Amino acid sequence: MITARFTRSLLAVLALGAAAAQAADPVTVSDAWVAATVPGQPASGAFMRLDSACDCVLEKVDSPVAGLAQIHQMSMQGDIMRMQPVDGVPLPKGSSVSLRPDGYHVMLMKLTAQIKEGDQVPLTLTIREGQATRTLQVTASARSIAGHAMH
Amino acid sequence: MHTTLTRRHLLASLGVLGLGALAGCDNSGKLDFKHGKDLSNEILGRTFKLHDTEGNQVSLSSFRTLMPMVFFGFTQCPAVCPTALARAVQIKKLVGEGGKILRVVFITLDPERDTPDVLGPYLKQFDPSFIALRGTPEETAAVAKEFKVFYEKVPLGDTYTLSHSATSYVYDSRGTLRLGLSASLSAQQCAEDLLTLMEVC
Repeated sequence: MITARFTRSLLAVLALGAAAAQAADPVTVSDAWVAATVPGQPASGAFMRLDSACDCVLEKVDSPVAGLAQIHQMSMQGDIMRMQPVDGVPLPKGSSVSLRPDGYHVMLMKLTAQIKEGDQVPLTLTIREGQATRTLQVTASARSIAGHAMH
Repeated sequence: MHTTLTRRHLLASLGVLGLGALAGCDNSGKLDFKHGKDLSNEILGRTFKLHDTEGNQVSLSSFRTLMPMVFFGFTQCPAVCPTALARAVQIKKLVGEGGKILRVVFITLDPERDTPDVLGPYLKQFDPSFIALRGTPEETAAVAKEFKVFYEKVPLGDTYTLSHSATSYVYDSRGTLRLGLSASLSAQQCAEDLLTLMEVC
């Protein structure tokens, strides 16, 4: 009885595993982090590395901690730092794209609460491949901006 | 490496400081900065009056005998501002004893959102000795103009971010502007130029 139930659950888990493997996202995210904030600071940034096995575009990033999240691109024009929202980040097949403070990054604005060091911040990435979009759930850990700004 | 640089420059600084005491502060000739821009002929930031996060009024003369390194930014800036602040932390370490007279001054370009309550703790994350200054939006515009600092709001729906110029301005201990450090320079490069300046004044 116990054995049968155990076997059934095991099969279920295996089946789930197989389904997950089949639907494995062509975009994998690593080293996702969010800059911790001080109380009252209304915005922060999210950063990560995206490895793409498809010709995809990162279209959107949402988070429950932010009333408004946008993808921005920072660029230097001479000595002027320019900040612009962008429609998406191209993720060409086989590429590894980093969202970092000095390039593309996610701005988390209208924060609902302070983000403390060590907090796990859920992010939902919307990725488009051709006409199809899929979402990808990522957890980013909050790190001190003072310690990570240089990296 | 860092220690060597510091010691070597420190010995040099001590030697020249000795001479400086006799000859007075030499702020006539051009300085041989390796990385930054010699701003000795520019007159910028002479009359600003802003408030620190404790409410004290601060002007350039508040830094007499010290070496202020002034730059502009805003706390919601994800890139240049925290990088420049983290670089300032490194620079302070690299200049060794000179770090005692170096004062890192951050002037917010976003006073509406960078209230003292946000600005103070934000800066203290980097170094408790860093000084954050703010004014009214009008005062901020006037100070930026005085420093020839460009900044503009980039609208994002009902909110905004800022684009701005990212030079750090360094004054000598007599309050004369001497050196401009661009955002692209490393902490090591900045420290080398600061030590050059510390040798003279």
